[in-house]
Amino acid sequence: MLDANETLLAWFEPDLDAQLNFSQGLLLLTDRRIVSLAESDQELESAPGNNGQSTGKAWPHSAETTLAAKEKGGASALQLAGGRGLLAQWRHTHARSKAAHHFVDRWKLLRSGQPVDTGLLESSEALCPSCGSPIKGEQGFCEVCASLPATKPVGSLLRLLRFARKRAGVVTLGIVLTVAGTAASLVPPYLTKPMLDDVLIPYQSPQHEGAKLYLIPWLLGGLAVASVLSWILSWARTYVVAWVSERIASDLRNQTYAHLQKLSLEFFGGKRTGDLISRVSTDTDRICYFLSVNLLDFVNDVLMIVMIAAFLLWTDVRLALATLVPLPVITYLVHEVRSRLRNGFQLGSRAWADMTSVLADTIPGIRVVKAFAQEHREVDRFRHANDRVLHANDRVNRLWSFFGPMITLLTDGGLLIVWIVGVWQIYNNNLKIGTLTVFLAYINRFYMRLDSMSRMLSATQRAAASAQRVFGVMDREATVAEPVHPVHPGRLRGRIEFRDVAFRYGTRPVVEGINLTIEPGEMIGLVGPSGSGKTTMVNLACRFYDVAEGAILVDSTDVRSFVIEEFRKHIGLVLQEPFLFYGTIAENIAYGRPEARREEIIAAAKAARAHEFILRLPDGYDSLVGERGQSLSGGERQRVSIARALLIDPRILILDEATSSVDTETEREIQLALDNLICGRTTIAIAHRLSTLSRANRLVVMERGQIVEVGPHQELLDRNGLYARLYRAQSESPEDRQL
Amino acid sequence: MTPLPAAGLRPVRLERDPWDRLLMETDDGQQFSGVAPVRAFPVSDPDHWISICDPHGQEILRIDDIHDLSLELRRTIELELSQREFTPVIHKILSATHHEPSEWFVETDRGRTTFQLNSEDDVRRLGPDQASIVDVHGIRYLILSVRALDGASRRILDHFL
Repeated sequence: MLDANETLLAWFEPDLDAQLNFSQGLLLLTDRRIVSLAESDQELESAPGNNGQSTGKAWPHSAETTLAAKEKGGASALQLAGGRGLLAQWRHTHARSKAAHHFVDRWKLLRSGQPVDTGLLESSEALCPSCGSPIKGEQGFCEVCASLPATKPVGSLLRLLRFARKRAGVVTLGIVLTVAGTAASLVPPYLTKPMLDDVLIPYQSPQHEGAKLYLIPWLLGGLAVASVLSWILSWARTYVVAWVSERIASDLRNQTYAHLQKLSLEFFGGKRTGDLISRVSTDTDRICYFLSVNLLDFVNDVLMIVMIAAFLLWTDVRLALATLVPLPVITYLVHEVRSRLRNGFQLGSRAWADMTSVLADTIPGIRVVKAFAQEHREVDRFRHANDRVLHANDRVNRLWSFFGPMITLLTDGGLLIVWIVGVWQIYNNNLKIGTLTVFLAYINRFYMRLDSMSRMLSATQRAAASAQRVFGVMDREATVAEPVHPVHPGRLRGRIEFRDVAFRYGTRPVVEGINLTIEPGEMIGLVGPSGSGKTTMVNLACRFYDVAEGAILVDSTDVRSFVIEEFRKHIGLVLQEPFLFYGTIAENIAYGRPEARREEIIAAAKAARAHEFILRLPDGYDSLVGERGQSLSGGERQRVSIARALLIDPRILILDEATSSVDTETEREIQLALDNLICGRTTIAIAHRLSTLSRANRLVVMERGQIVEVGPHQELLDRNGLYARLYRAQSESPEDRQL
Repeated sequence: MTPLPAAGLRPVRLERDPWDRLLMETDDGQQFSGVAPVRAFPVSDPDHWISICDPHGQEILRIDDIHDLSLELRRTIELELSQREFTPVIHKILSATHHEPSEWFVETDRGRTTFQLNSEDDVRRLGPDQASIVDVHGIRYLILSVRALDGASRRILDHFL
């Protein structure tokens, strides 16, 4: 279908037809034309007008044609336009949006006359099945989708070995102690055999014939030594294993939390706080318990079973085989129940996380709950979540309550078989009483171990589910990646340039075509209706997210090439809701620079006009604030957060609705504090109240993700556009007239 | 009420007037009446960063280090501070009940006393080795060194920290 010397530059597969029914198409971009191929050519050929889905056709490139990817309601369209109107359009779902944009990019590249790398048909990259964005990295999962990668539960448990390797010495010691302890505990039953066969039974026979009485002190001494040895060993083993597992769990917790801190804001946006808290705390704790208690028991049991089985087979093969008859049945039962239990525990774990989420949700929001008198509803919500925990656990318990006694019944059956075979053998004089006694003693232990091993099952499944949840966090890659060849920002001047910036949240475009240059020391006011992309702009500038298209340059360097941590040190952020951590005021002010001297802290507080109110607090700068600390008013908290931003002396300052949650009087105070902060720094201020932007050099008016107006206040008023409308609307509202 | 430059000014005279108000004269000859010394870091650094505030709480000047002052001025300030700040320092915890409200029986530098807590959260760690306790009336008690307490007191405190 292509000419011999025509080169394919890109392709795109639209997945809808003109009536928005699912239908696979194929669009090719070559160096000469755009070619469209579809499965159902004939039907679509008859689509009315040139607005319909066009297939099996080709459009040679010309100076007039333009290609654009447009969002059209629930489905998107790739539109090809000529001089007199639309030539063709191909509809596709949002799943293909990224690919469509990519196709357009290739086309633009071709049009601009730049060489298009034919070897790199990026649309052929592996695409995520759920969102269609290309899959990057070796991990093989989509970073855009918030779904956590699925790992096998038991595989997750094995990954814990990596943490154990660091403490291999202690782990080995634990294993050696376990083997020795188990062996020691097997000695006493063994000693009963000579005791019965060589001493007691001959002694009770009418002539005391052949009774080796001299063995008695040795045997009794042996029993005593074995008991003491077994006690010491099991004590040492328990301690060592608990010590090492506690450390493994602690490493795991630290690493999970450290990784969590590295993840982008996007990740936190999609996750419930309670769920994350329980992953770091409850799940790691469960793993620790599993390692120190259950795993120890398990290893112990396995060793015991192997040793006993070996011993039994060595003493009497026939009797040994007889005792092992119920074993296959038990193995089958264990296998059967295992998968059901695992599902049950996962369900339980999720239900538990849901329940903690309710708590994490309502306790901080308690004022809203009370204000709307919704306590009963919240109680219901909690009860509902709690009921789910109950049901999940009930399910597991039902299975469990049947399974446990069933195992006991089978082991009892095994014992009975030993008795029957043993009695019969003794009747036939093939077996000594001592041997049977040893057998019974061992077989009792054997089944006891088997029983406790089957109980292990639930613990293993529970721990495996926990490990899976913990590694689920660890396997997430940060969307905002550290650069391969990082640039150290050094001292920034603070020139910010947005160059053709676009950002999509999933496939929804949030900002598009942003071009803006902010000079060092300039103050920019971002204005616009909510949802117009103002906060996205600052999030992009802070590199909380990375741009989808274009670039943000600070001092002519792409922000993506800076070391993130060093770059953010140059950014001062003052938010609408200032967040104070639990700690003293001094610690909060010095949050970005913990090594700051007291003098500097006071100076920052003074500049932020916080010094005076801090002195009035009973403990001055040593007063505890934050959750469960002294409560401060909104304006006071805001001034502490301004002092915090001042102390790091940032080159770039971002004020996201810094004054909108306080009254006008406090606002004036804060404004004075902010004036000290802004001075000489590149500032991007978002404000709802336009009057607070009076110091801005330029105002940038945004609407629906695009910049519509840029200029100083008076110029924009004269232009009589969106800004003028917003300004008039506000100056008419009585609340702000006094300003 | 014009804000005065806090740096640079130094007190030259501090004395009590017949109405028990504190009078201060600064090195540039200004006189202030009814001033009060306030510690910026009463817990972590009590001897530095002491502000002298006017009756409205506005800072007039700041003393970076109390040891820089003459003995007389220092005495006056320390006396004034000790009269303004009421934070008994606990030397020994005799008993504390576990049910809420928790009732404490302690020995402090100002004698024996009992107090009640609102909740266990009111016992807080300050830094690595200090603790503060706020009772139902908002009276604050300090423990300057947890490690320096006797064993019995420490065991009681451990339940709350």
